[in-house]
Amino acid sequence: MDISFVILVEMLYAVASLVLISAGLAVVFGMMKVINLAHGEFMMMGGYATITAVGLGVNVFVAMLVIAPLIVGLIGLVVERLVIRHLYGRLVDTMLATWGLSLMFIGLATMIFGNTTTGISTPIAGFAVGDYQINGYNFFIIVVAILLVIALYALFRGTRAGLIARGTMQRSDMAAALGYSPDRIYMATFFCGSALSGLAGAILAPLVGLVPTSGGAYIAKAFITVIAGGPSLIAGLVSSATTFGFVSQVFTFAISPVIGEVALLIAAVILLRAMPQGITSRFFRGKL
Amino acid sequence: MSLKRREFLGGTAALTTAALLPGAALAADTITLGSILDTSGNFDAYGKPMDQAMRLAVAEINATGGLLGREVAVKAYDTQSDMALYSQYANRLTRQDQVDVVHGGILSASREAIRQTMRRSETLYFYNVQYEGGVCDRNIFVTGVTPTQQVEVLVPYAMKKSGPKVHILAADYNYGQITARWIKKFVEDNGGEVVATDFFPLDVSDFGSTITKIQQTAPDLVVAPLVGGAHLSFFRQWAAAGMKDKIALASTTMGVGNEHKVLTAEEGNGIMVAYNYSQELDTPENKAFKAKWEEAYGDTSAIHELAVSTYQGILLWAEGVRTAGTTDRMPVIEALETGVSIVGPAGNIAIDPQTHHATLDVHIMEVQDQGMTVVETLNQVEPLDTQAVCNLQENPDDNKQYEIQI
Repeated sequence: MDISFVILVEMLYAVASLVLISAGLAVVFGMMKVINLAHGEFMMMGGYATITAVGLGVNVFVAMLVIAPLIVGLIGLVVERLVIRHLYGRLVDTMLATWGLSLMFIGLATMIFGNTTTGISTPIAGFAVGDYQINGYNFFIIVVAILLVIALYALFRGTRAGLIARGTMQRSDMAAALGYSPDRIYMATFFCGSALSGLAGAILAPLVGLVPTSGGAYIAKAFITVIAGGPSLIAGLVSSATTFGFVSQVFTFAISPVIGEVALLIAAVILLRAMPQGITSRFFRGKL
Repeated sequence: MSLKRREFLGGTAALTTAALLPGAALAADTITLGSILDTSGNFDAYGKPMDQAMRLAVAEINATGGLLGREVAVKAYDTQSDMALYSQYANRLTRQDQVDVVHGGILSASREAIRQTMRRSETLYFYNVQYEGGVCDRNIFVTGVTPTQQVEVLVPYAMKKSGPKVHILAADYNYGQITARWIKKFVEDNGGEVVATDFFPLDVSDFGSTITKIQQTAPDLVVAPLVGGAHLSFFRQWAAAGMKDKIALASTTMGVGNEHKVLTAEEGNGIMVAYNYSQELDTPENKAFKAKWEEAYGDTSAIHELAVSTYQGILLWAEGVRTAGTTDRMPVIEALETGVSIVGPAGNIAIDPQTHHATLDVHIMEVQDQGMTVVETLNQVEPLDTQAVCNLQENPDDNKQYEIQI
């Protein structure tokens, strides 16, 4: 009984962390079609922003949920103004440019923070479920991921700003004809995407040892999740994160963590073979 | 005037010789020590203090009049954590710079990339790093600890403190695989049982499911030869899940790159490790070493096991040169094979003539408030793993890295 509960929590946690890792990329790549290879570095910077803020005496939750997204969002804003905005619609060029950015951010972080592992400890204590101990922080990640999905849904479905953003991504010429400036809408959307990446990096920071190259560990999973998700932003994100989180955890518990990772990749290959346009091209069609 | 090919070649040869002469004259005056380390890039947390230790050792030798009355000059290359640069710089050190000895290499891959170049060019080579053991080559001397030297000491101690059921978590490459096998052997030799062994690629940073699995196997002790920044997450998540006070934890790698200073005191306290060096060693040699380091670089917090191994490696080489009375390769090797020893910051360290590895002191330590408290010291532990496969005295032409069968 206890063990099934513990495994359930671990599975939810795996899904939630995939949602977190991929949310920023879903906005930047899924919506805006910018292949952001610096996504992992945005997360890394979110982690460093949190650790630095905590070091300066800021409450850890404020640092994670407010400061890190803001700082990374602002960095994203600068990047968008200087680089990305010249490259909209040029898929391959954005890839090269953001790859260069990722190398630059790694270099900058190394210069500022040094090439050593840093970190903060988790702010929530573990607790016992029957004979087992659970990491209390897992629940925090699950809650944040759920809130994030709800907030994204509310934003894009319920607000005028969300409607305008979605409209602009589909037909920027029509949005311009209706009197909205696509330039500014792209800018704002990129800001949101970067802030989400920063948030993910911040929330995962207490669980890991952070080095300037940490971003590389997330980038592949984020792209796989977003691409397998397909055209719908939120439905795609949630459905592919659930599929991959579930598959990898089943194999992790049944065999080993390595096999779990392998299973995730094999699942992605099979999924994309069966549904080249992603899960939401077949299921949940027309959903947001 | 017609220039014949023979005259042209003769003239060119003379010119080249003339151009080389100043270099040759210089080489006669000074002894050149080649160093090849990653002082930037991914592994610079290891490489930078090693480079500092190398320069400290050379400065110290020069301050006391050099070697054989000659000054020691350093020729150092930064390989930028790029394996391809190792062979390139190794060629430059041996052909162009024609150094008398090379110290360096960090990862096993980097050592294997340059070992044959050193052997072919008959350049004496020192590898001053903790590694998986088994290299058998008369041209190389290894001054770091090998798995048995740590595991042989650590496992019985940790089992005595906790219990006989052991769960192993290891990094998934040759170091972790080989170390895991040794851990299993010593657990069984001490009447224990390995309930499970898990291997992790170097970029795995999520250990949630692993921690649940460990609770299912319910061991008395977890031994974790995990490597690198991502794997540090395990120790953090282990503490976050509240496991730290329930199951004992030991590691053969935690602390080599000063990881225990990254973990908070609550996360790190009580982890058992075994190394050749600890900053907290209370010996006059270590105090003197730290004082010298502080004078040269200010901050002593960066000193780690590999830096001290490098320092000791250079002192051992210098002792070999003094004994031999020359820097020529074969006399120095023969001198070192008499079992030359020095007393370094980590205690007495001697060359094992049979394997060219080091016989050294191993200290069992427990992490306490971001430091390592020495609990027990075992003097002069021999590199049993390499001794089992390598005998350079019977077979001096041997040239391979054995995979040690256990």
